[in-house]
Amino acid sequence: MTSSRRSSLTMAPSFKLQRGQLRDFSRGIRSRVSTGAMPRSQMDTRSYMPVPPGVGTEENVFSLDDILLSQERLPCRTESVFPGLGFVDKSSDSRHIPEGTKMEIPLWLAKGLYERKRRVISVELPRVYREGWRTVFGADANVVDLHTMGPYYYGLGSQMLHFDSPENSEIAQCVLQTFIGRFRRTMDSSQNAYNEDTSVLVEKLDCLERALFRAGQSGLNAFQLWEKGLASHLTASSLVTNYRKRKLADLQA
Amino acid sequence: MSDGQLPAFNEDGIRQVLEEMKALYEQNQSDVNEAKTEGKSELIPSIKFRHCCLLRNQRCITAYLYDRLLRIRALRWEYGSVLPTTIRFHMCAEEVEWFNQYKKSLASYMRSLGGEEGLDITQDMKPPKSLYIEVRCLKDHGEFEIDDGTVILLKKNSQHFLPRWKCEQLIRQGVLEHVIS
Repeated sequence: MTSSRRSSLTMAPSFKLQRGQLRDFSRGIRSRVSTGAMPRSQMDTRSYMPVPPGVGTEENVFSLDDILLSQERLPCRTESVFPGLGFVDKSSDSRHIPEGTKMEIPLWLAKGLYERKRRVISVELPRVYREGWRTVFGADANVVDLHTMGPYYYGLGSQMLHFDSPENSEIAQCVLQTFIGRFRRTMDSSQNAYNEDTSVLVEKLDCLERALFRAGQSGLNAFQLWEKGLASHLTASSLVTNYRKRKLADLQA
Repeated sequence: MSDGQLPAFNEDGIRQVLEEMKALYEQNQSDVNEAKTEGKSELIPSIKFRHCCLLRNQRCITAYLYDRLLRIRALRWEYGSVLPTTIRFHMCAEEVEWFNQYKKSLASYMRSLGGEEGLDITQDMKPPKSLYIEVRCLKDHGEFEIDDGTVILLKKNSQHFLPRWKCEQLIRQGVLEHVIS
């Protein structure tokens, strides 16, 4: 990883992406995206403010995004017997889960069972965080389809740090550098795609990037509304119009 | 459902989750007793496993209920204090009660602002540009009285020039449409 990567990011010269600053920057964006507390030009007076996903290795308990994220499955190996739980492993008939069974278990269960001294389970790194893929990300992060590889590449990557892998610092570095490498494109495309089909632009983005993209689009649309003088145009609440549409559909059914 | 809509309350789903939690809890209780009295420490991983499942179910249920409250709260701000029956059918009894309490809290807070009359902070969600606005009626809404006593008949497709503050809520509810010339 050479410093030439940094210079390819032609942002305002004063905006230096030092490691700590990027963390704060992305945290700022994430909290603004998720709470909907957009700058004054936000015309969409959204009152529904769902709990945002957590930042870094901390999940937010009530965040629906984090709950979905923690459903992702990880390859694991049991380091002790689980008596009476044989029915969990569908491929076996036994009453117990023996020691040394390889299973895919969801992140929430892996986090709950994992202990540093490894008496209960050991967690393997999913392929996308291993050496092989890390080299690919290092070469060019922009070509990777993070939706297929994820879709929670950044979220799950941050959570993987809970499992004390010896490769933790490499994983963290890789996730961070991948974000830096791809951010520019996400930001540019979200700020320049007005009133068009954006499905091609978002199909290779992971969930965090899609949220950022939506935030960018939201700001762009609000600005355009303001430019057209529609900033004070009163509109029906979207909650209402959709109920009416649904009612019509029910009648027609 | 990321647009803030309130779907019907999933009574069945919640009941199933609570039943599963009860079963897990009872199995763990008996395992814990066995481990304590007979010293079977090999049961501990399974106890931990079931406990994780219990915590997960608890988290999912509370997040579900909390998210629904956030949506119901948004309804007060975006729609008004009287909800249409279609939406009310989607709420369980406790949620209706919560909405009523929230309305009361909001009302007493608004009364405490701005001197004697209070201040309706659910108005002027977008910065107003004029006192009066042109509106078109989208559906029959009957008679409507404005501050100076005049009564207006809100018939479908009729257009009127009315004070902004009287129309705001009807526009949000989809009865009137703000016409920009």
